[in-house]
Amino acid sequence: MADVLTYVLHYEGKLNKNSLGAVSEGAARASEVGGECHALVLGGDDLSDELCQSIGAYGATKVFRAKGAEGLAQPIIDAMAKVIGEHGHSYALFGGGLLGFEIGAGLAARMRAGVTMEVTGIRAEDGKLVAERPILGDSKISVSRYKGDLGIIIGRINAFETVAKDGGSAEVVDVDVEYSDWSNQATMVQRGEQRGADVDIEGADILVAGGRGLGKPEGFELAEALAGAFGGNAAVAATRAVVDAGWYPYAAQIGQTGKTVSPKLYLAAGISGAIQHKVGMQSSENIVAINKDANAPIFEFSDLGIVGDLNKILPKLTEAIKAKKGS
Amino acid sequence: MKICVLVKEVPDAAVEKRIDPSTGRLDRSGEKNLNPYDTHAIEAAMQIREGGAVEVDEIVAVTMGPESAVRALHKAVSLGADRSLHLSDAALAGSDVAATGYALSKALEKEQPDLVLLGQQSDDGECYTIGAVVADHLKMPSLTQVIQLDVQDGGLRCERQAEYGYDTVQVSLPAVISVGDAINEPRYPSLKAIMGARKKPLETVATGDVGIDASEVGEEGSRVQCGEFHDPEAKAAGQIIEDEDTDETVEKIVAWLDERKLI
Repeated sequence: MADVLTYVLHYEGKLNKNSLGAVSEGAARASEVGGECHALVLGGDDLSDELCQSIGAYGATKVFRAKGAEGLAQPIIDAMAKVIGEHGHSYALFGGGLLGFEIGAGLAARMRAGVTMEVTGIRAEDGKLVAERPILGDSKISVSRYKGDLGIIIGRINAFETVAKDGGSAEVVDVDVEYSDWSNQATMVQRGEQRGADVDIEGADILVAGGRGLGKPEGFELAEALAGAFGGNAAVAATRAVVDAGWYPYAAQIGQTGKTVSPKLYLAAGISGAIQHKVGMQSSENIVAINKDANAPIFEFSDLGIVGDLNKILPKLTEAIKAKKGS
Repeated sequence: MKICVLVKEVPDAAVEKRIDPSTGRLDRSGEKNLNPYDTHAIEAAMQIREGGAVEVDEIVAVTMGPESAVRALHKAVSLGADRSLHLSDAALAGSDVAATGYALSKALEKEQPDLVLLGQQSDDGECYTIGAVVADHLKMPSLTQVIQLDVQDGGLRCERQAEYGYDTVQVSLPAVISVGDAINEPRYPSLKAIMGARKKPLETVATGDVGIDASEVGEEGSRVQCGEFHDPEAKAAGQIIEDEDTDETVEKIVAWLDERKLI
């Protein structure tokens, strides 16, 4: 028996897609090592019986429900440690995202377990689970094997596909958790604040994305002009660095804590291509990158790369596309 | 208040990183430098000191690593730390992230800090998680990826971007905070600070000095075994254009887009 425990994040009554991906993956892999997949949820009254049972559709047979403050990792570590301690799960699996990293790492410390992060593939081998993670800027894959009673697997965002079946319903088990003192030392003051205008990038066929290489907030005018030249269904997106710096709205952010997109054309201007960004756009149909640094990682996964100064290229490209459209 | 900043020596950004086939570990030979993400943590400590909302008695740079890691400590001191602590022991080689976090937490226990700061990730291991491991061993609250940090209401008011937008969290001390690189622009060290860094106190300790259980660290004590390094599925290499004549470059881009019916 090798059961898998996953954590399912929720917000305003909706379950997180990456968490459900972890449940689907956990259920598929657990069945290969003779176990079941369970899920743990933590929150308030919005965790209705119905919402918890619905995780069964993704393959969980049991859902452990704990009452507590949402959005912080340490209460969840307390809850998962208790459930694993009583039940004896062999693996804990997370779908990526900020909380998954924090919970997985803290749980590794608490349970003296091995942990692998950024996992993109899991397979069963001799009754055990083995995790694969890309390393060194995704240039190599490393294989992790676990020693001890518990192995912790933190997936890369979007690595696991959500697979819903009709009519699956999980058994809901309420758990009483006594939270540790240090978990109570952090309190959420405000959660999920949206900064900047509300823009829609998920429906766009063409995205012109800007990063720090745009140089200053006004640099986004070049990106907006180019998107305007494409017309129709084109929009402007941004990296986390420039959103955190206040250059562009949060709603336009691509990547790990932002949106995941797969437009027909993704034109990256002044974006180096950090992995946290890549995971949000790598399934775009066509990727064009403009960057002055020939060694920027983005050139390794773009279909067309231009090494040059975007301040020179973008205005001329905008004019050329306008001319082409007019012809 | 006493602040400890965790720092790490990493291969210089210009050095191509590779796995040493004989050891199965990252080849850490070649030029090294202070992990660039750590400079933001030191800067955050300096800004707390200079902010005046709380009296900072001491900023201590702490690292774990081989002898060469003292250079990262010197750099940290030149950026503002008052002294440094170097945990160095052959028994620690090959420790995974959980074992490294445990070892660092034992070194920190000796220092009894009110606040532990660190950068959001190391430039080489890309694990993002050491802070959360250290915090659980120290029984302290922890937040990662913090981009705004203020002393307020007897604790810290922290902001960060999480799954659904920006979160604001109040944390009481002692605590472990990992900062994102958007939190500040680290200052450059003055020539005087660089010259003076070697004269600041630097203490070196081994596992036994800080009560580390040797069976919990190193390759043997690690609970993940990594290996079988292989290449990912190759993606067809894209076309690269070096922009020399911008008109010509733009013409090529337009033709490329047009061919794929993207205009």
